Amino acid sequence: MTKIECILRPGKLESVKEAVNKCGIQGMTVTQVIGCGLQKGRTEVYRGAEYSINLLPKVKVEMVVPDRDVESVVKAITGAARTGEIGDGKLFTYKIDNAIRIRTGETGKAAI
Amino acid sequence: MRNRFLRTIFVALTFLMTLPTLAWAEDAVETAAEAAPKIDTGDTAFILVSTAMVLLMTPGLALFYGGMARKKNVLSTIMYSFIAMGIISIQWAFYGYSLAFGPDLGHIIGNLDWLGLKGVGVEPNPDYSATIPHQVFMIFQMVFAIITPAIISGSVAERMRFSAYLLFIVAWATFIYDPVAHWVWGVGGWLRELGALDFAGGTVVHIISGVSGLVAALIIGKRKGYGTEPMIPHNLPMTVTGAALLWFGWFGFNAGSSLAAGSLTTIAFVNTHLATAAAMMSWVIVEWLRHGKPTVLGAASGAVAGLVAITPACGFVTPMSSIIIGLVGGAICYLAVSVLKGKLGYDDSLDAFGVHGIGGTWGALATGLFASKAVNEAGNNGLFYGNPDQVVTQLIGIAASWIIAAVGTFIILKVINVFCKLRASDEEQDAGLDITQHGEDAYTDFPLAGSPLGVGVPAAYAVGIAVKPALQNKE
Repeated sequence: MTKIECILRPGKLESVKEAVNKCGIQGMTVTQVIGCGLQKGRTEVYRGAEYSINLLPKVKVEMVVPDRDVESVVKAITGAARTGEIGDGKLFTYKIDNAIRIRTGETGKAAI
Repeated sequence: MRNRFLRTIFVALTFLMTLPTLAWAEDAVETAAEAAPKIDTGDTAFILVSTAMVLLMTPGLALFYGGMARKKNVLSTIMYSFIAMGIISIQWAFYGYSLAFGPDLGHIIGNLDWLGLKGVGVEPNPDYSATIPHQVFMIFQMVFAIITPAIISGSVAERMRFSAYLLFIVAWATFIYDPVAHWVWGVGGWLRELGALDFAGGTVVHIISGVSGLVAALIIGKRKGYGTEPMIPHNLPMTVTGAALLWFGWFGFNAGSSLAAGSLTTIAFVNTHLATAAAMMSWVIVEWLRHGKPTVLGAASGAVAGLVAITPACGFVTPMSSIIIGLVGGAICYLAVSVLKGKLGYDDSLDAFGVHGIGGTWGALATGLFASKAVNEAGNNGLFYGNPDQVVTQLIGIAASWIIAAVGTFIILKVINVFCKLRASDEEQDAGLDITQHGEDAYTDFPLAGSPLGVGVPAAYAVGIAVKPALQNKE
């Protein structure tokens, strides 16, 4: 099993969800986050005082998928999230030891 | 010991509450030998409605300021204004009204003949308002006294301890607001006798609150992290809602100051609106030119700047003059908060000085420029109507109000500081004044973060300060 964690533009969440669903993956956890990478921040003005906002709002999507689906899911996510501009985000994969469904006690692939 | 203290408080309150009753008894004994001025129902109705409108300005101010504060300080910022509706109302009824409008003592202050509203009944007092009950005039003036110290809170928000603030506004209302109100509006007041014009409180409300705010900000010091941490408004829709309530209430503030419902009321009403609209536009345009974007906070701030600027002039000038006053007011208040504050480096948190101090000063001066007897026979002509002396008179009023506000605030805060810390500690500021001063959180992000302690158990908060040992040791 592999955990896929990606940081995306908030506006791309819906298309990523749709693309991942088409791969047969239903479970995911979504978190609102702020962060910075290569993308420059933006400037906000309050009563003439300018602020450089360099930690930008993003969404973090986490999901655990069987190893055989990793490539197709990563491809689906990157395809759906890409605009070609700086700020599209990052995707990371991690090996997962085990998963347990709390309701039934199932473990491994059956639990995801 | 505690019971004895509570008993003493109870007895004192009981005594104070009997004062008006005694006053009514004496009033009943007085014969109505003199023909009393006739109450006008239209005037009375309008001033009562105006009073309610002006009272609504204080919660409006609370929202205006609260939205500009950071999330962790929104409740404390709101409370600064909201509490004034309680404590200043009581102060005004007990002795504030008597000091401000009571029979004159040396052109400086009213005497205490009207202590506890003694003699302030439902018959009109022709010295102030011949067509409305005296109590209507009293309570109309009360709502002005309420909002004025609340304005100051904009300068010290996010760092002044609540207990110190409470002591401060009572002392400030007593030693600064009441005397200045007497100087400008009280029969026998020296500025009134000098001929200074202030239709609805440019001097009495805005200059002294703004200048006092600046002095308080300098004495208390900058907020922790000022200039290095972002201190960005947490809820601009709240601020705009507050500004809208202020705009609405200000019609009662300015038009109601005619103390009637007639032609002068209409003039003040129209001028109030036009100046506000003009100031909103000038603030937004100047900001747009300097920063490339017209901001919502700029529109709200510009409107308030216009309301402030037209306040002293609204019953003395023509509609076109009010537009000029508004246009200039919006632009100079913008420059005060965006340029002057940065250059001088003081931390006027929510710009009480930049908007009220500067806007009020401009309005008082503009009254001396644009006032016309053709608009209001009871007023005077200004510089542009052939009377340069009025500018000098206005400048004397401005200087006197700046001096009493600055010196008085300095002394009051220094005295309070002997008994009570003015400034929240760095740890308290880090945690936010909502939790540390009031034990509340405006936006509970994660309600599952705690568990009930039980009814009557003192709350302790995991912010690393003031945690009761008994609770720290709980398993």
